Amino acid sequence: MTALDVRTARKDQLIEGATGPWEVVIGMEVHAQVLSQSKLFSGASAAYGGAPNAHVSLVDAAMPGMLPVINRKCVEQAVRTGLGLNAQINLFSRFDRKNYFYPDLPQGYQISQYKEPIVGEGEIEVEVEGADPIIVRIERIHLEQDAGKSIHDLSPTETFVDLNRAGVALMEIVSRPDIRSAKEAAAYLTKLRAIVRALGTCDGNMDEGSMRADVNVSVRRPGEEFGTRCEIKNVNSMRFVAQAVEYEARRQIAILEEGGTIRQETRLFNATTGETRALRSKEDAPDYRYFPDPDLLPLVLDPAWVEAIRATLPELPDAKKKRFVEGYGLSAYDAGVLAGDAEAAAYYEEVAKGRDPKLAANWVTQELFGALNKLGRDLKDSPISAAQLGGLVALISDGTISGKIAKDVFAKMLETGEDPDVIVKREGLVQISDVGAIEAAIDALIAANADKVAEVREKPKAFGWWVGQAMKATGGKANPALVNEVLKKKLGV
Amino acid sequence: MSADLTKLTLKDALDGLDRKAFSSRELTDAFLAAIDAANPALNAYVVVTANKARAMADAADARRAKGEARPLDGAPLGIKDLFCTEGVRSTACSAVLGNFTPTYESTVTARLFGDGAVMLGKLNMDEFAMGSSNETSAFGPVVSPWRRGNDVAKLTPGGSSGGSAAAVAADLCLGATATDTGGSIRQPAAFTGTVGIKPTYGRCSRWGIVAFASSLDQAGPIAKTVEDSAILLRSMAGHDPKDSTSLPLETPDFAKACGRSVKGLRIGIPKEYRVDGMPAEIEALWRQGMAWLKDAGCEIVDISLPHTKYALPAYYIVAPAEASSNLARYDGMRFGARADGRDLTETYEKSRAQGFGREVQRRILIGTYVLSAGYYDAYYLRAQKVRQRIAQDFRDAYEKVDAILTPTAPSAAFGLGEKSGDPVQMYLNDIFTVTANLAGLPGISLPAALDSAGLPLGLQVIGRALDEETVFAVAGAVEKAAGYTAKPARWW
Repeated sequence: MTALDVRTARKDQLIEGATGPWEVVIGMEVHAQVLSQSKLFSGASAAYGGAPNAHVSLVDAAMPGMLPVINRKCVEQAVRTGLGLNAQINLFSRFDRKNYFYPDLPQGYQISQYKEPIVGEGEIEVEVEGADPIIVRIERIHLEQDAGKSIHDLSPTETFVDLNRAGVALMEIVSRPDIRSAKEAAAYLTKLRAIVRALGTCDGNMDEGSMRADVNVSVRRPGEEFGTRCEIKNVNSMRFVAQAVEYEARRQIAILEEGGTIRQETRLFNATTGETRALRSKEDAPDYRYFPDPDLLPLVLDPAWVEAIRATLPELPDAKKKRFVEGYGLSAYDAGVLAGDAEAAAYYEEVAKGRDPKLAANWVTQELFGALNKLGRDLKDSPISAAQLGGLVALISDGTISGKIAKDVFAKMLETGEDPDVIVKREGLVQISDVGAIEAAIDALIAANADKVAEVREKPKAFGWWVGQAMKATGGKANPALVNEVLKKKLGV
Repeated sequence: MSADLTKLTLKDALDGLDRKAFSSRELTDAFLAAIDAANPALNAYVVVTANKARAMADAADARRAKGEARPLDGAPLGIKDLFCTEGVRSTACSAVLGNFTPTYESTVTARLFGDGAVMLGKLNMDEFAMGSSNETSAFGPVVSPWRRGNDVAKLTPGGSSGGSAAAVAADLCLGATATDTGGSIRQPAAFTGTVGIKPTYGRCSRWGIVAFASSLDQAGPIAKTVEDSAILLRSMAGHDPKDSTSLPLETPDFAKACGRSVKGLRIGIPKEYRVDGMPAEIEALWRQGMAWLKDAGCEIVDISLPHTKYALPAYYIVAPAEASSNLARYDGMRFGARADGRDLTETYEKSRAQGFGREVQRRILIGTYVLSAGYYDAYYLRAQKVRQRIAQDFRDAYEKVDAILTPTAPSAAFGLGEKSGDPVQMYLNDIFTVTANLAGLPGISLPAALDSAGLPLGLQVIGRALDEETVFAVAGAVEKAAGYTAKPARWW
């Protein structure tokens, strides 16, 4: 095994072909747009949208004699991201020019970091549903300019160019080939997005193109050397990443099983058909003639500045998850779900504050997320605020209402947006915990069903019927624990 | 009266304006008239901005009348076409830029105009500053005001700042901006009997100057005297946050250094600058220069710059490599000339084939080749290592000496067409000047004598990084000793 090849897929991750099992090997290059006011080397706005060519400076349009000047904020964001990925920060890095011609690349070259990137090796732990977490190593992160956008479908004979995006800062986050399934690939991207969102270095909005992935896929027989890889460019959703990997792995397996060989090539994913198709082979790959950009000095960072950035890092998903498990006693799964999304975590912590944290977690992850999912709404548009849900949890904990009644109250809250205590009061849903009242109700019940008393003494299963009748008699408001207790005593079971 | 005014030095003209001996408007009109008379023959200006010049002169006169005169107020200058000038066609003398008219002003010209200078027009040059004879200009060559005695053969003013040098020599401006990537200020200055200084890399902002080779390009002035060049450089230089390679330093008062004593300075004479085939007259002038400085109290020290012979080959790898990338933006898409083809590739090919001249194409091809996969290490990386050795040679030398004296060019001006068929012969013009660009050092060329044909010859002083003041002091001493006053006889 080489230093690059450190993981073997679990048996259940292998793909069964006609001639035996295959292992998929995946590495990813994620392009994450840096959250910043202005572009990497110019003062033009980096905001998404805007009228075409409204966010274009003389530098972005590559007018004669224009020069790039590095944006300190973008450098800070790259360092912050590197720190968040437990990666080495390179105090000396350099910008290179990647030369090629295209109308949406005004300079005729992209300024990128080729040999000496700003961030070196790191690693992240990725939670995969239904399996142990995996470690994915980060090879490097480098800063580079985005290109503009070519629009081919506005005219049959012309191409239009929008330079708003030209020069916006991207971080290219390159993983090692440590991913072994479509599911892991999507989980890696999800985790990466959670981290950059928590860091505030990328908004992670894949539908706006703020995050896109180039996915390198190869297959091999388990235990053998890496196969030849194909790179699938610009995949822009979690679902598409999984689809693309799945399709590409099966395509490669089919070729190999028929005795063919894989050509190293760049492929495009078609979101409509779920297929990938060849764009260009390795032989046709352009020669980018990389060389250090003579308009820019090497980027030299002050270690004290890097430490100052480290000191301002927010709590990251892994640390948060650990705290949720250790501090709140949540299950690893619940903690992972909540900690993986900064908004969900904040919502949960407000619900749990001063209340039963496990009960709070159940209500957030089961009831609330389930309901929002059904409504097709995001947490930020939730009809129930964290304070309101917290109030409901408190009403359950202090015995004011039962868990069963709470579900009805929750349904009403979802519908009306009202506070839980308002609903409970108006509808008279306060739990009956008065033993006398419960005993009276049960006495009446026994009197009316004397014939069934003997039955329950012989068939303990019939006890459930008595509980149901007792709850019904109290309009569902009786404290279930007390009902149980009194019934057992009175029936002598 | 106007003929007299154009012959003034910048210093004397500024004094005259101060004394109200004449107005900037009168001075400007005198130059505009001289340009009208000379330009059909010399082709020094590719754009004359007469109206703008008069308006700027009037504004300068008004400020002076109010006692608010600025350092260069009312001084008419010519601007090399490599500088982008707001609202004035700026093409780097290339057809690929068509009628490109910038909406912005280069930092260097903005500084000059901010100090009150008047813009007479844009000066001819080799296309994208690539050339040593001004023959690659899309507007045709500049003809030197100098002739070999009574021989009417047209001579080159040198290049790439041939228009700047010719205009200063022929009194078509008080001084001019120029740029120097491998000798483009100093060689034309030597060919035309003018003074040109390339400052330390990073003294002048490159913002708004059409890029040729970013790590080598520096702006500087061409002027009539060492002091004039010092006055102009002070206005041109200064930190610019828009250029990452601009040095964040205060600009010294260079003019003050011009008359400074050179007594006790150690002057290095590099043995590697004695090249085969160099005319005896140049060798003799070099020795004369040593004698003058010795008389002024300098110590002459023999030094060695052992990697000198690799400088020219390294330069002709680094400069074309950077140029091949810098010129990629001239693709016919956003500005300049476009020649439409059947598809995108053909449009690129036709636009660039028609827009760029042969020398520019040659350098783009060389540059593309040396950066290609598989060749990068052998050419570009190796050339960069040579460059470091050359810089180290100079650092070692400056342990022993304070400045270095060399000839500026290996010959006097040659005839138009004489070398244009042989690029290697043309490239050899830069042999004494490229080293200062590769090492980023300041270098000045000043006229010291005429050769037997009556053409000017120049000497070069190269200084330590950021030590333009010593360079000016040494050049001032040579200028004083040489007593050079020759001007081209007017034939145009």
